[in-house]
Amino acid sequence: MSSVATLHGADVHGGHDSHHEHHHHETFISKYVFSQDHKMIARQFLITGIIWAIIGGLFSVVFRFQLGYPDSTFPWLEDIFGHWAAGGKLKPEFYYALVTMHGTILVFFVLTAGLSGTFANFLIPLQIGARDMASPFLNMLSYWFFFLASVIMFSSLFVQTGPASGGWTIYPPLSALGDASSGSKIGMDLWLVSMAMFIVSSLLGGLNYITTILNMRTKGMSMTRMPLTVWSLFFTAVLGVLSFPVLLSGAILLLFDRNLGTSFYLSDIVIAGKILPNEGGSAILFQHLFWFLGHPEVYIILLPAMGMSSEILATNSRKPIFGYMAMVGSLFAIAILAFLVWAHHMFVTGLNPFLGSFFVLLTLLIAVPSAIKVFNWLTTLWRGNIRFTPGMLFAIGFVSLFISGGLTGIFLGNSALDLHLHDTYFVVAHFHIVMGVASFFGMFAGVYHWFPKMFGRYLNNTMAYIHFWVTIIGAYLIFWPMHYEGLAGMPRRYYDFANWESFKMFGGLNEFISLVAMIVFAVQLLFVFNFFYSIFKGRKVTSTNPWGSNTLEWTTPIKPGHGNWPGEIPEVYRGAYDYAKDGKEFIPQNVPVGADETSH
Amino acid sequence: MKEFLMVALGVLIFVVIFQIAKASEYVSVLKGEEKTRKQNNRINAFILLGFLVVGLFGAWYCNELYYGKTLFPQGSASVEGEKIDEMMLITIAVTGLVFVITQVLLFWFAYKYQESDNRKAFYFAHSTKLELIWTTIPAIVLAVLVVFGLRVWFKMTGDAPKDAIVVEVTGHQFGWEYRYPGADKVLGKKDYKLTTTTNSLGVDFNDPASLDDIHVSTTMHIPVGVPIKMVINAQDVIHDVGLSHFRIKMDAVPGIPTTQWFTPKITTADMRAKTGNPNFTYEISCDQMCGAGHFSMRGVIIVETMEEYRKWLAEQKPEYFTVFPDKAPKPIITDTVAVKQTAQLLPAKK
Repeated sequence: MSSVATLHGADVHGGHDSHHEHHHHETFISKYVFSQDHKMIARQFLITGIIWAIIGGLFSVVFRFQLGYPDSTFPWLEDIFGHWAAGGKLKPEFYYALVTMHGTILVFFVLTAGLSGTFANFLIPLQIGARDMASPFLNMLSYWFFFLASVIMFSSLFVQTGPASGGWTIYPPLSALGDASSGSKIGMDLWLVSMAMFIVSSLLGGLNYITTILNMRTKGMSMTRMPLTVWSLFFTAVLGVLSFPVLLSGAILLLFDRNLGTSFYLSDIVIAGKILPNEGGSAILFQHLFWFLGHPEVYIILLPAMGMSSEILATNSRKPIFGYMAMVGSLFAIAILAFLVWAHHMFVTGLNPFLGSFFVLLTLLIAVPSAIKVFNWLTTLWRGNIRFTPGMLFAIGFVSLFISGGLTGIFLGNSALDLHLHDTYFVVAHFHIVMGVASFFGMFAGVYHWFPKMFGRYLNNTMAYIHFWVTIIGAYLIFWPMHYEGLAGMPRRYYDFANWESFKMFGGLNEFISLVAMIVFAVQLLFVFNFFYSIFKGRKVTSTNPWGSNTLEWTTPIKPGHGNWPGEIPEVYRGAYDYAKDGKEFIPQNVPVGADETSH
Repeated sequence: MKEFLMVALGVLIFVVIFQIAKASEYVSVLKGEEKTRKQNNRINAFILLGFLVVGLFGAWYCNELYYGKTLFPQGSASVEGEKIDEMMLITIAVTGLVFVITQVLLFWFAYKYQESDNRKAFYFAHSTKLELIWTTIPAIVLAVLVVFGLRVWFKMTGDAPKDAIVVEVTGHQFGWEYRYPGADKVLGKKDYKLTTTTNSLGVDFNDPASLDDIHVSTTMHIPVGVPIKMVINAQDVIHDVGLSHFRIKMDAVPGIPTTQWFTPKITTADMRAKTGNPNFTYEISCDQMCGAGHFSMRGVIIVETMEEYRKWLAEQKPEYFTVFPDKAPKPIITDTVAVKQTAQLLPAKK
């Protein structure tokens, strides 16, 4: 046992075995800025993610003003955004820039870096019993590449021609040609460079997570004893490491097409009266490269939320997670299938119908492991003794949203129905519920559940309950009616519907949705306030294991230092879900198996 | 001023919530944290149940409000789209059933098994039988949906019938162009490098097949009851021919022509009568983000009887004569066969 601990200690502290000594030569810079402590890096990811979430959420509120009140003008918009909102009305170019940046920020900067970056960093070493990541230095670099990506993306908001505005999927030729859209000028180059930095960050992080999980588990922590959070973060990291490089290559080729005159994605184009010389490229090639990442990306966002919700549901139901091996197996199945379904985003690109049929089959196959997960969560609640902590409420909300949004995937994955629903508000409703809001719920569940471990204090409960109830009611009010807009064929990414005989009848509904969106956004600010207020003023945690949980992070001191355990790393004797076993409420993983204990 | 008041109101609500939140924390200390926790537990369990009931009612109410505005009540305007509507209803029925069952179980379990001093959680770690049940049943249901779905898919994406009327649809920022092949039923060749302001589609007029081709903008005329095969192009960025009334979408990709066919079954005039909306119009929406004017990239389709269509077509002047006005015969010959014969006598020149 101690050999493991010493080894890790040596890694972390560059020769200092004991972490007690370590504290003496910590400076502000090494503790809070260029920290190599996985817990501090997790907090850095979380806080950066929160800042991005506020910006990205705010953008959606601003463009909802246009959708909700297309005939009104708001002079204060001009005060804030200048010529982009001349006369108090957003310009179409600006509207599209906001939509694009909203998607980019929330998909990548919040729900990938903010979610995985936070919880993979925070939970992996704590839950598998390691003093830190395999390479704390790479881990630190991972955050700082993310920071660099953030700075570049943020600066793109201020260039004269505006940030990227071709949608977060940046399909060329629109994104390749400056003449096609003002957002495809310098803003697009910055977007691509920022994403390249972002991908480097996520690869450094992902490799580290995989290495740590495979090599640094404490004694007794076999893979099949790992909490489901660690499993989900493991598959997430594998997905990221295998798929992000493909987006990187796609982005580099796009940079070449933009700046070096190559024709990877360009062919037969006449734009702004100019006949371009590019021939032989394929605009569809980019979509294949993009969605080869883009679809796994959906699961990169969703799997950590699944894992954390599983953990929180079991802990607060005071029951074992139902079907642990099936839960791991379904995560594995989803991870494999995630690589084999990307072209279901491309059913209407003129894809070979026979090839399309495979993607239909494989896409709908994902519903099977998803169904297993849902029924296992339901069975976990069944005959439990449920505590509704804020984290638990968000985990239950996650399951509800995952069901609602997952079921509409059965429509969109069936290519025949996609012919009608593709790129309508039905799609907007589907992915916002299943990937956006559901993952946010997983993230909130995680924050409420592990906040005591992160900061040694609790979040305020009253604000937490208000946050939960307004958010879940609001999310359904916003996205549920959008299915109907989609069934009416209403296209997404439209700035104004006034001239359309077929789509103009949803004005009242759009205003309602905008109003709810503003309220929901305001409540997120309440959460942010609660978060920062409670870091300093929250109720103090007085016991090391406030939720009565089995996992190893609750065997550390209330505020663990760098190295996590002051003494030896505990040894593990059992799986993470021995709740309600043999008449005991819970049995932590580090409790040896008793002689009279029933095996299962 | 109004904005200022709104912001002030928002801040006020914030302050009030914060004060209540702080106060309730103090109260919980006075009352005993365990007691407060249990009270919160009961309240939240009750709201969860209420949320389920109100939510299911809300879903029904939302359907009452908006079902009439979807495209289902008026039905598909294409023969092939009927299958899609049928498929959609089957999928709604299946997923709707699963939705209600799982949501009811989720919130009901949450309410029923809320923490109570009288109950101990039941140790139930796994059951192979149960897990097999909910692996197999979804797999079978999905297999059925896949089979039905793919039958429709192959029908719709398969080759167009031989007698289909061909219309070339070209998207550009931000509008639609249509080209009809004329009496010879063959579209003339194109080369994007030939594009000029007058020859906006880059038609190669050295190709004799191009001489009788007709080019119109924005509004497309098609006859009812006959398969229409669209050959779809884009000139600058990717667009998408979205025909929601006909249940069809197909991307327009520069450099890679695509095709899609459908059989319109209700004329525009009949649809106006059917929906009771005198302004009803079949519209082509661009459904692929294509730039700042994406939302305004509107096309119109007029579905009419074969006679009306033939009459309209006969009135159109071949594009050759608009590109080379000096070659146009006088007076304009409206008989399309004659137009073609005349055109062939004239040497093509650029």
